Amino acid sequence: MTHQLKDGSQVLQVGMLARVEGEGGMHIEIKDGVVESVKLNIFEPPRFYEAFLRGRKYTEPPDITARICGICPVAYQSASTEAIEAIAGAVTTPEIQAMRRLLYCGEWIESHSLHIFMLHAPDFLGYDSVIEMAADYGPVVEMALRLKKAGNDLMELVGGRAIHPVNVKVGGFYRMPTKAQMLALRPALERGLEEAFETVKLVSTFDFPDMEQPYEYVALRHPDYYAIERGTVVSTSGVTFPVSEFPKHIKEFHVEHSNALHAKFDDTMYMVGPLARYTLNFHQLSDRCKEAALAAGLGETCRNQFKSIIVRAVELAYAFEEALRIIDGWKDGAAPSVPVGPAKGEGMGASEAPRGIIFHRYVTDENGIIEDAQIVPPTSQNQPSIELDLKTAAQKWVDMDDHALTHLCEHAIRNYDPCISCATHFLDLRIKRS
Amino acid sequence: MPDAPLPKLAVWKFSSCDGCQLSLLNCEDELLSIVGAVHIAYFPEATRAVVEGPYDISLVEGSVTTPEDAERIHEIRAESKLVVTIGACATAGGIQALRNWGDIEQYRSIVYAHPEYLSTLATSTAIGDHINVDFELRGCPIDKYQLIEVLASHLQGRRPRIPTYSVCVECKRKGNICVPVANGTPCLGPVTQAGCGALCPSFARGCYGCFGPQDSPNAPALSDQLIELGMTNDDVIRVYRTFNAEADAFRAESNRLQALPGPSKQGAAK
Repeated sequence: MTHQLKDGSQVLQVGMLARVEGEGGMHIEIKDGVVESVKLNIFEPPRFYEAFLRGRKYTEPPDITARICGICPVAYQSASTEAIEAIAGAVTTPEIQAMRRLLYCGEWIESHSLHIFMLHAPDFLGYDSVIEMAADYGPVVEMALRLKKAGNDLMELVGGRAIHPVNVKVGGFYRMPTKAQMLALRPALERGLEEAFETVKLVSTFDFPDMEQPYEYVALRHPDYYAIERGTVVSTSGVTFPVSEFPKHIKEFHVEHSNALHAKFDDTMYMVGPLARYTLNFHQLSDRCKEAALAAGLGETCRNQFKSIIVRAVELAYAFEEALRIIDGWKDGAAPSVPVGPAKGEGMGASEAPRGIIFHRYVTDENGIIEDAQIVPPTSQNQPSIELDLKTAAQKWVDMDDHALTHLCEHAIRNYDPCISCATHFLDLRIKRS
Repeated sequence: MPDAPLPKLAVWKFSSCDGCQLSLLNCEDELLSIVGAVHIAYFPEATRAVVEGPYDISLVEGSVTTPEDAERIHEIRAESKLVVTIGACATAGGIQALRNWGDIEQYRSIVYAHPEYLSTLATSTAIGDHINVDFELRGCPIDKYQLIEVLASHLQGRRPRIPTYSVCVECKRKGNICVPVANGTPCLGPVTQAGCGALCPSFARGCYGCFGPQDSPNAPALSDQLIELGMTNDDVIRVYRTFNAEADAFRAESNRLQALPGPSKQGAAK
């Protein structure tokens, strides 16, 4: 929508940014062809999780913090269990870690296929939604739904349900699924793996605006695998530290136009998410994933956020590979959990949510009652880079007509798969020209 | 093809996690049939297209926590023939209703460095506290098959068949072992509405009440049992004060326990 103001300045406005999780807006001011300011406005109402977690019991964060996000509850459950276990000094078994990774693979598959096909692909193919897309791309949409369902089915098997799983607890799980139950999912996962590689090929044929950004990338790194459920923090500038030092390096701050806190990494802006993981941990992908990525036109690093759709497709394939690997190696009989009692102290945990690093910190008293809680979700951390992407894109394509530029800017935001429900624990899109 | 236009469906979000509206997109096997039976007129999580009201069916997710939202819900009611609230936030205020027992000024300052930037109400309230709601679908999250039943029943011109009995009924039907009786595991099943398929007891854990109170709960009697199973008074207060803390029966019981003599760290009763 375009408004011509009396003073000659111009405002483009989209009342509600669509195909993102949560509510946010954007404000861009252009004067004499120069983009002067860009703001990502997040007006999703605050829900105050960190406040009401105070006084709750140490066993509750996996169930409570899952409710921050219906799309990535496992990210919250993984980071919170790890933080609480750190307080008690509890060490989980390799089987518990494998099962957490399997559950998390389900979430990556569900979330990535949702974003690739339902939220992001319509931008590239020129549709308002996957529903209109289905009329012209019937078999692709059917494949998308099968991929997403495979992820949800995996989450239901391991977690009990796909949204807010019930089987996760501090120390592990209430009950382990059996090998026989897992093998029943194998045919769908094998088909999903092949269709994920088809997805990599398909999305590589899209047209990508040419825009590379020199951001500091921050991701977790696991000693043995492409990090998902845990790891140490690594960055493109070479800084490496354990999750327990996260607060020393990552500082949150509050800006007026957002109900989500912004963050800086060692006083510089940074980015988390698929591009960061891919660039930092490419060497840990399987040979088949690496080949598919290179054949799709990616390098071993990726700095064009519009190409995040290809990176997500590669990670989608990787998550299927990992799920199959874990299932094939599974032996029944492992204890579902280790005991974790109440303990006084401070504990931290982090995992790679589909959108990037999520960090949790808890302080408990001797009865295991939470005295302080801090949750740093990925979209909060990415707000400054989303804003700089908007500024760069708006400047680079400032000669486009308002309608096309507005759409391009929306696309630049959706590149991040922003989860605004997470970040506040919304988007009103405005471009003002004068 | 039918000659009559398809009923217009709108999906609205208030304060929530997006999980209940995601349940609609999670109907992978049914989604293409659903979009063949209704016209998705407003659903920002899924589409940029916006069709003006009025709407035949409005699904409302989330609770009212800002002055703007307290007005917006009336506009939605005025534009909608049928309003269906989906999930614990919309039907009972959600987990964010825990602020209703706290001090909102303190809450703002715990999370935000500049509380003056925020526009928020001191309470999180259910949609039904603000407007007439035609049907409330429970759950944190809702069950997608119950959502399909609500949509299908409306298209067929009948009441939805959504049970209001307890989780215990589902457990017995499923042949589950009763977790409190057999294992001494505290369970809210007897006071909680069915709909999840007795999920938690099927995973050897006690129900934690995410579908809210069943139609005739006896919460005080259950609290006695929970305490007998080893929970403290504060533990029991906390289990009622989670995702459906402001549902009548759960609120009444947590406040009753709060008012009992003895030490408590769970703040004051309302």
